Parts: sequence; structure tokens; C-alpha cells
Amino acid sequence: MYNPEDFLPLTVDERESSETLRPSKTYWADAWSRLKNDRAAMIGLYVILAVILLAVFGPMLSRYEYDGMDFNVSNDPPSLTHWFGCDMFGRDLFVRVMYGARISLSVGFIASFISLAIGVVYGGISGYIGGRLDDVMMRIVDVIYSVPAMIYVILLMVVVGAGLKSIFITLGISYWAPMARMVRAEVMRLKNEEFVTAARVAGASSARILFRHIIPNAMGAVIVTLTFSVPGAIFTEAFLSFVGLGVSAPMASWGVLSSDAVPAMAIYPWQLFFPAGAISITILAFNFLGDGLRDALDPKLRK
Amino acid sequence: MMLEVDGLTKYFDTPSGRVHSVDGVSFTLEKGETLGLVGESGCGKSTTARTVIRLYEPDDGRIIFGGHDITHITQREMLPFRRRMQMIFQDPYASLNPRMTAGEIIREPMTIHNIPKDEHSDRVHNLLHLVGLNSEQAGRYPHEFSGGQRQRIGIARALAAEPEMIICDEPISALDVSIQAQIVNMLEDLQKSLGLTYLFIAHDLSMVRHISTRVAVMYLGSIVETAPSDELYTRPLHPYTVSLLSSVPIPDPSAKRNIIPLKGEIPSAINPPAGCKFHTRCPVAKPECSRLSPKLEDKGSGHFCACPFV
Repeated sequence: MYNPEDFLPLTVDERESSETLRPSKTYWADAWSRLKNDRAAMIGLYVILAVILLAVFGPMLSRYEYDGMDFNVSNDPPSLTHWFGCDMFGRDLFVRVMYGARISLSVGFIASFISLAIGVVYGGISGYIGGRLDDVMMRIVDVIYSVPAMIYVILLMVVVGAGLKSIFITLGISYWAPMARMVRAEVMRLKNEEFVTAARVAGASSARILFRHIIPNAMGAVIVTLTFSVPGAIFTEAFLSFVGLGVSAPMASWGVLSSDAVPAMAIYPWQLFFPAGAISITILAFNFLGDGLRDALDPKLRK
Repeated sequence: MMLEVDGLTKYFDTPSGRVHSVDGVSFTLEKGETLGLVGESGCGKSTTARTVIRLYEPDDGRIIFGGHDITHITQREMLPFRRRMQMIFQDPYASLNPRMTAGEIIREPMTIHNIPKDEHSDRVHNLLHLVGLNSEQAGRYPHEFSGGQRQRIGIARALAAEPEMIICDEPISALDVSIQAQIVNMLEDLQKSLGLTYLFIAHDLSMVRHISTRVAVMYLGSIVETAPSDELYTRPLHPYTVSLLSSVPIPDPSAKRNIIPLKGEIPSAINPPAGCKFHTRCPVAKPECSRLSPKLEDKGSGHFCACPFV
């Protein structure tokens, strides 16, 4: 027999709870699960983490100093005592490459974070306000963009002298321009989205619209641009050091190490191989990660 | 009187000329009634609504809301009226911020209008129930909902600040037919229980008849006819309305139909035809129609029509 009470319609709460739903995932958790399935991006991520760990702790663990000279081993090839060999002053190349990683990576990260700070604010204002102000602000970006980084370094060297400081300032000046352009384009796209109109109808202030609605939606693209700008900055530093505009001895960046090794390239090729290899692997790793992040953060872009 | 719009005009300057999107639109809206605004795509229905809610700056005319002239007040002065006048959007996918949970989306108008924080959770809970969702779903993101559910979230957001009037900008045209009826019935129930006033924009004439107390027909930026809903559908006067209604599908294959097709395309709003704007496509146009510019005339029993020959 049946009871009539057993056949009552479900209330809203019962109906929804009885459905099997996958656990709620935030946008970031979703992106992370997509990234985890991208093998190239994960290899890139692990390589970057390994390079960072070696840069921070590597020099501490080695028994050699980055500036410790020993003329008994000058130009020695790689061996069990000196894994990457030695340079012409008998300095251990392994510790110098790891030490160079500190400089190269910090240049890469600091330049990128300067570009993040300036680029997001500048591009955000330009795109959100638009009109005449946008025209003026973007022409300034065009000017900054069109001057090669080398001109800034040479000019700055006259004022502050060669070295890390002028490289940071140079990268700071020139690196935010592409970020500002990208953020502006994103903001211009997002400010015409219907959910922004909805916020305006609700009475949201401009600041609220910018920080609660537009910027969170532009973050994915910002992170991808950031990931691609780190290897760009590392490469620019290497290039500037290579042509002699970078850090000075006995400090070592990957660019300086490569530059020092070039004259004796034919006789002691390992002196060039290791720093150049470090640059290549790091840049490649960042590019793999950037590609993976772009796909993970915007799945619609993937073909 | 909830809303009084008089001679509202909105134009946009584009490289190819000035587009007269809204050209002298007048209508009134009583408290608790629903005015349906119908017309082809591009006739200025949405622009009218968005100008009334002051997303666009009106170029001429007056908007009186609840006895206050809000035509040219600043956005800051507009804030208290935003609480009383809300909007439901057409596209439930584009109108919800993908980075906010349903709860955050519904809570935002409460934060903006300084509703005490300790009431927020209860209110969100009640609003979700009111629109047929359950409160566990407050923590979910828009992409985890279906189109109909998203539109319910959009409706809950519109109700969050307890408005008196809601502009429904084609709220059902992006939804599946099976969901459309659910949403329209819910809007009707909400109207009864909360005493809401609707300005309902649509191009689906049968749905408008169902929900509206009165209907206004727009053509090329102007209202050509307005009448109580049943009156308009049983006794359309303006030739444009007649042809529009003749195109409504009848759910009976054996029914005899007499469709009056309109010739040509809708003219450009940059260079609208002189005289009566409809004369280029009107099946009963007379030579003098290109010289007359007809105004809405009273044809009795609340029926107004902008054609002197009917």
C-alpha cells in the first residue's frame, strides 16, 4: 500500500539538493586543474622553480665563492670538483652561473613587477576614461615603445653610471608599455560588457566598477603578459651585459658570463655553453608556462 | 504616476551622420501596471529604456520619475533613484560578472545602497528563494548555472535594492522557449506580491500581450500606437501594428492567415523618411503621407494612434 504523503512534490531546497552537482570550483581552481594537465607548462613551471631554488640556495651550498680566484685551475674543463669548469681566473663556473641566476632572475622579476604596477594603472585609466585623455596617454606609450632600450641604458649610464641600477631603471621605463597597451585593450573591451552596465544601473561608483568588475576580469590576461615579460627582461639584461652595458666584475649575470666566454669560445667552449644554456632553458621554461597559462586562463582561446 | 516620459529624444553622432535612435517618445506608466514596448530590432526600444534609466544622457524631453524630474540630474543625484528603478537584461550570460558568486552579485546593490551588513545574508537567502533558487547556490559562479537560472540571478539582483519599477530589456528573448514561460510567470507573480511596475521591452508580441496592461508600438524611434493590451491586439489601428500582428504565428496549422508583408527594409535612422516615417513601407500610404508628420491622436477607449487615416 502507499501513503499519499510519499508523493508530495519536492520543495526547491530538496529538488536542488537531490541533484548531483560537481563541487563548486572558483575560476582559479578551474584554471589550475587545466594547467596541471598541460605537460609542457608543468615542466616549465618545475624548471622555473628549480632555477629559483638553485639561485637562492645554490651558492650557499657550494664550497667555492663566486669571486674566489685560484690560478691553479684557470680554464679547467668540467670535472668532479668543478662541475661546470673554471674561467680564466680560476673561478668556479657552477657557482658563478647560480649566482648569475640571482641577478638575471631578479632583473626579470623586478622589471616585470614594475611593468605590472605602472602598466595596469596607466592602461586601466587610459582605457576606462577613454576619449582625448586616452589619445594623449597612448601616444606617450608609442614614444616610449619606439625608443630602443639600449638608448636608455647609454643615456642613464652617463647619469647614474653602468651597473645593475641603470638596468633596473631602463627596464622599468621601457617594459610597462606593452603591459599598458594590453590592459587598455582589455579594459575597453570589458567596460562595454553588460555586467558593467548592470553594476552602473545598480549605482556602482567608477572606482567600484574598475576594481570589482573590470580588473578582476582582466587579471588572466595580465598574468599571461607578465609571464611572457619575465623572459623578455632576462634576455634584455643578458643582451645589455653581453655588449658591456650591464653589471661589472666580479659580479656575474648570465649575460656577463657569456660575454666573458666569447673570446676563448673555440678553446674553452664550456665557459659559453653553461651560461648560454641557462639563459635558453629559463626563457624556454617561461614561454612554455606562459603558453599553458594562456590556455588555462582562457579556455575559449584554445582551438 | 510612477513614470512620465515626455518628448524624449536621444541621438548618437557617428562618422556617417547623426542617428536619431529615440525621436520624441512620450508615455506614462502608472504604479503597478506593465507597459509593453514592442518594435523591430533597431527601432530604439532599448535606447529608450537605457535613456530613461540614465545610462545615456537625454538630448531633449523630460523624464519624471515618482514626481521628480530626473532628466538632467548628475549621476550622484541619481543614486537614490537607482535604488527605486532597476533593470533586467537580455543576455543572462553577459550580464553577470563571471568572477563573482551568485551571492556576491545579489549582495552588491545592498552594499551600494548602504543596507546594513548584518541583513545581507538573510536578504540574499530570501531573494534566492523568491526567484526559485536555493540558498546553497549562493556560493556558485555564473558558469555553473543554466541560462534560465542565470536570468533568475539577474532578477534577484534587480530586486535586491527593493525597487518600485523594473525595466525588463527583452528578458526572455535569449532563453529557451520552455524557460520563457517560467520566467514570465515568475515576473508576474513578483509583480503581484511586491507591487512592482514594469516597462517590458520585447519583440515577441504574444508574450507582451500576456504580461502587459498597455502596449506601445515603436517604429524608427517613435511610438506609432499605444492602447490597452487587449484593445491593441483585437483592434489594431496603425498600418504598421496591423502588419506586425498579422505576422504573429498562430498555433493552429489549419487557421486561415492573412499576412500583410511589409516591403523593403527598415529605413536608416540617420536619414529617416520625411513626413510619416512609415510611408515608405506602408501598404496604404497616400501621396500626402510624405508631407504630414502625424502625432498620436486619441481614438477613444485609451487608444492612441499616429495615423490620421484610420
